[in-house]
Amino acid sequence: MKELRDPKAIRRLLGDIGEKARLLPRPPRIMEVCGTHTMALFRHGLTPLLAEAGVEMVSGPGCPVCITPAAIHEAAITLVSEKEALTLATFGDMTRVPTRKGSLQTAVPAPGSRIKIVYSPEEALEEARREPSRQVVFFGAGFETTIPAIAFTAKRAAAEGLGNFSVLPALWLVPPALRAILEAGEIAVSGFIYPGHVSAIIGAEPYEFVARDHGLPGAIAGFEPGDILLAVRSVLEQAASGTPRVALEYSRAMRAGGNPVARALMEEVFEPFDAAWRGLGTIPASGLRFRERFAGFDATPKFGLARLGAAGRDLPGCRCGDVLRGVIRPEGCRHFGKKCVPDSPLGPCMVSYEGACLIHFKYGQTRRPSP
Amino acid sequence: MCLAVPAKITRLEDSGQGTADYMGSEVKANFSLVPKARLGDWVIIHAGFAISLLDKKEARETLQLFKEMGAASRR
Repeated sequence: MKELRDPKAIRRLLGDIGEKARLLPRPPRIMEVCGTHTMALFRHGLTPLLAEAGVEMVSGPGCPVCITPAAIHEAAITLVSEKEALTLATFGDMTRVPTRKGSLQTAVPAPGSRIKIVYSPEEALEEARREPSRQVVFFGAGFETTIPAIAFTAKRAAAEGLGNFSVLPALWLVPPALRAILEAGEIAVSGFIYPGHVSAIIGAEPYEFVARDHGLPGAIAGFEPGDILLAVRSVLEQAASGTPRVALEYSRAMRAGGNPVARALMEEVFEPFDAAWRGLGTIPASGLRFRERFAGFDATPKFGLARLGAAGRDLPGCRCGDVLRGVIRPEGCRHFGKKCVPDSPLGPCMVSYEGACLIHFKYGQTRRPSP
Repeated sequence: MCLAVPAKITRLEDSGQGTADYMGSEVKANFSLVPKARLGDWVIIHAGFAISLLDKKEARETLQLFKEMGAASRR
């Protein structure tokens, strides 16, 4: 795939993009929805190169660690601090998110309890099988990319009758969040780069309302520099011709219809509800919860945790929520790089590898290499 | 967290469990979400699960496009 990083091809694409951007009546501002795209854009120095070509990129809400509201992070901390003989299995970056109750890293587990960092929800399931006397809770945070894996794991636990396994759900759907951002109208965007791996599951159709109802172009992109620039070029072409649609610029890794097996599994295990996001508020049908049949796997009622749907309060001064909506850039927060740094973050946007604040902090000073 | 990596399937059991080669490392993965996957296929793996099959023809076309763009701008 080194061709997708070939400097000559990249320069040629940037040239194309610059020409197309100049022909538009207004300078284009494109939201990259996915945090992994933000990371790729900064790591490869593309955001400043695109700015020179006349295209402003803004980061969107695509960081599950970030948009999971304080109340759910606090529930995880309460769980492992108060319940004995329990394993809280979690993806690593969730452990560093600061809340008013500290973080999972600073939490003192109750006797016999511990925090286990996992890469796959199946590792949590294995622990539940191995230690039947221990409660194992998987802190299930993710978008459509991750949700099928969690659905598969819960269904397997049900089939095996593993009553000691449950999930603390923080499951988020991308299209309703885009609808909320567009309907709020706080920022003017001229198009979207859609997330490649969320789309590998859901396909292209769920974004079509953006073109149809809002007249905005968009393209599904992969994660190599060339992938992202092809998608940006497509967005500008659609804007110029006045024919907004959902372009597929990642067809090597996704089908227009997504992954029907994964989607059916999500449907079977979970149902949508009006979920509260950090920064974005409560969005209709934007989160998933267990269906009645699988309700026993929901750690929230099982352990008497705060009800789903409550957002909770952020640490004072943290503007992660405004960053997630694209209303300010990380540099627009007065604590950025001063009181709030990766070693002592004020909020999840400075914690997650997909968090806009961390990415801007790490790569924001990147300069173009001299020719 | 939607970071996902292309990897080549090196072992595939009937249960859907198996292993894949990711840049030289062997990783465990669950292939139940991509029932059409076969040994030697390339997949995208996320959180321990293969979520999508790579399409060789589409991949070749993208690579070809970039080869041409790289060549066309060569002086």
